[in-house]
Amino acid sequence: MSKAKEALLAGVVLLVSRLRRKPRLKERERLVATAPPRPGWELVALILLLATAICAAAFIVVYALDRLPRETQLLGLSLGLAFVFLAAALIVTAKRLIVTEELEDDYPVIEHPDEQETVAQLVEESGDRLTRRRLFKVGLGAAGGAIGLALLAPVASLGPVIDMDPFYGTPWRRGRRLVDENGRPWRASDIEQDNFYTAFPQHADREELGSPLVLVRLAERELDLPADLAHFPARGIVAYSKICTHAGCAINLYRAPLFQPAEPKPALVCPCHYSTFDPATGGDVLFGPAGRKLPMLPIYVDALDELRAAGNFDGPVGPSWWGVRLRRPRTETSP
Amino acid sequence: MIRGAVRFVDRRSGTAPLLRKALRYLFPDHWSFLLGEVALYAFVVLVATGIYLTFFYSDSTKDVVYHGPYAPLQGQHMSEAYRSVLDLSMTVKAGLLIRQTHHWAANVFLAAIVLHVLRIFFTGAYRKPRELTYVIGLLMLMTALLEGYLGYSLIDDLLSGMGLAIGYGVALSIPFFGANLAALIWDGPFPGGAPFYSRMYIAHVFILPLVIATLLAVHLALVALRHHTQFRQTPRETERKIVGVPTYPGQTPRSLGLFSAVAGVLLLLGGLVQINPIWLWGPYHTYSATNGAQPDWYLGWLIGALRLVPSWDFVIGGYTVVPNPFWGGAAFPLIVFGFLLVWPWVERGLTGDTAYHNLLDRPRDAPMRTAVGYALLSWVLLIFLAGAADRVDVLFGISYSTQVWIYRVGVFVAPVVAALVAYRVCLELQRGERVERQRRGAEAEADAAARRERLAPEPAARREPA
Repeated sequence: MSKAKEALLAGVVLLVSRLRRKPRLKERERLVATAPPRPGWELVALILLLATAICAAAFIVVYALDRLPRETQLLGLSLGLAFVFLAAALIVTAKRLIVTEELEDDYPVIEHPDEQETVAQLVEESGDRLTRRRLFKVGLGAAGGAIGLALLAPVASLGPVIDMDPFYGTPWRRGRRLVDENGRPWRASDIEQDNFYTAFPQHADREELGSPLVLVRLAERELDLPADLAHFPARGIVAYSKICTHAGCAINLYRAPLFQPAEPKPALVCPCHYSTFDPATGGDVLFGPAGRKLPMLPIYVDALDELRAAGNFDGPVGPSWWGVRLRRPRTETSP
Repeated sequence: MIRGAVRFVDRRSGTAPLLRKALRYLFPDHWSFLLGEVALYAFVVLVATGIYLTFFYSDSTKDVVYHGPYAPLQGQHMSEAYRSVLDLSMTVKAGLLIRQTHHWAANVFLAAIVLHVLRIFFTGAYRKPRELTYVIGLLMLMTALLEGYLGYSLIDDLLSGMGLAIGYGVALSIPFFGANLAALIWDGPFPGGAPFYSRMYIAHVFILPLVIATLLAVHLALVALRHHTQFRQTPRETERKIVGVPTYPGQTPRSLGLFSAVAGVLLLLGGLVQINPIWLWGPYHTYSATNGAQPDWYLGWLIGALRLVPSWDFVIGGYTVVPNPFWGGAAFPLIVFGFLLVWPWVERGLTGDTAYHNLLDRPRDAPMRTAVGYALLSWVLLIFLAGAADRVDVLFGISYSTQVWIYRVGVFVAPVVAALVAYRVCLELQRGERVERQRRGAEAEADAAARRERLAPEPAARREPA
């Protein structure tokens, strides 16, 4: 009787388990430790996720509503807050809703000597048939190196690598007018003391480094030029390249002492690294990092009182490079 | 459903064992380990926002006349590149948000990398077996500096043009072949030929990001293959046993949360805090400059160095061997990075420590390293501050040239002082800990003795009646 009962029960259990089709994995022990639920924190996370969704939707709304005032701010605020709320939701999830396991594990093995040996052996034995190994290596090296160089050679097309002429070129030549930003010729009478002016070569590219000038007028007694530059100024007006010889920035500061005995002498200053040049002595460096004096342009005043170049600079313009002291600047042939 | 997906993947790739290992990969916990992650997420934001910006940017230097909505620039001549960024900022909906977020992300990216490098250095995380991870990280930092520089150079506003002029000056100053190299890059002397901007553009949006992404992949792979380093916070952490939170479920929401936080903060900055208002700077011409120009923070150290070097070109018989900007613009960063790159091997030579290290040092545990680190840090930081001397002059009225002379002396004195102080502080902290340990030991002993005394009569008392 009891045996039949047991058999029946076993049959039922078997049937039920068949019907349920219990997955096999369910019998495995848990991998992640259990912990009691935290409905409160779950609610917090949900609220934060909802806030994320609302902010993201707000971003779309702000985007769609054309031309709100402070649009950029509202866009940034809505999308930024969406991400911040999402971050908060995720951190709450990580810290409060997921079991934080602190597990231990072995660091990986430091090395595999057997495998190392196998690799070395494979490489060595594969070369056994070669009789002149060293020569073969030289051959491989030559072939590889030559192909490498061949593939690199077209890089030279990127720019004028060898021809250094462009570095010495400026548009200035004797007779070329000095014009202002609007192309109007500068007159000697325009140039006042304690002020400074930018000049360009007439009918030439203004963007190249050899073009722009700074003009300042100094009192005759202030001028203290070396003999070879003595004829460069015209009526106390001196002209220098506007490009700093340190790193190529434009010189846009003029220190004009308003109270002579107390303040330092007039100086042209570059705003990038504060190289300071003396306009009275031919552009010598007074202070700062520039390693070369400012190139000076000889000028003269023509019959119409207009300023013209009397030649080219006394040295190449722009930042120093290996050949900057080797040659004098040359006048570019205009296109 | 999860089982189905895993089965699908495993049957096609056979990666279930790998996946299982990945889910149980351990992340040791310490706040300073987040810094590298922040850099990673800033990079993700950079790529995402950068892709959007490429849809609007033009790399053409063709001269155009501005007729957009921004009145002060009406009718001005400018390059098409600059106009495209003005239009992006003024007329493209959400364009300014994305551009500013991109710029902020670049600043945060570099800040996070620099702090990450400091963490790695001062905890000795670069030691065997992780020297390659460290070297690749430094290469990434160098690439990121160049990438950031190209990024703000592309705009062709006044500031970016001034930055390029300085970059050109530094390129020219490289001894023996600088001018040839610059001519190659710029397609002739500054401001260069028409191809120059497209070269910068492709470098900024493709070549350098690809380099960074590749280095990043190798960096992360090496980290994972050797596992993270860890501090010894409990006795469980040893050179052989790593203790940490597994990728899943513990680390995943933490990392996603950090990513969201980084993205959120960057978007808030991009939307609410103005950065590089390019319409105020105007277009660049070689003959124009502005006062008080400062680069993005991560190039401040180079500006400082360029400004501190005294007036001097190294000339032999008319041949200019070393033009001045080389020292500040090229030699200085090369020395700093060169030093950092060889340091793991130098330290090994000095200490004779060739062991494997999975446990991190605290700075005080390695006084010599800490001293060297502080020397380098103080040097770079001081030169960085020197780059702001002109602002200090304007704001506080301290003469610029006086400051420069103080800095010129300071760069030789500060590292020595910083190293000595750091070394001493390390030793004192060590001593303090020793004393503390002894005190605790003595107290524990005293407690135990007291307990023995209290307990001792009791059993005796119990024993007596027996």
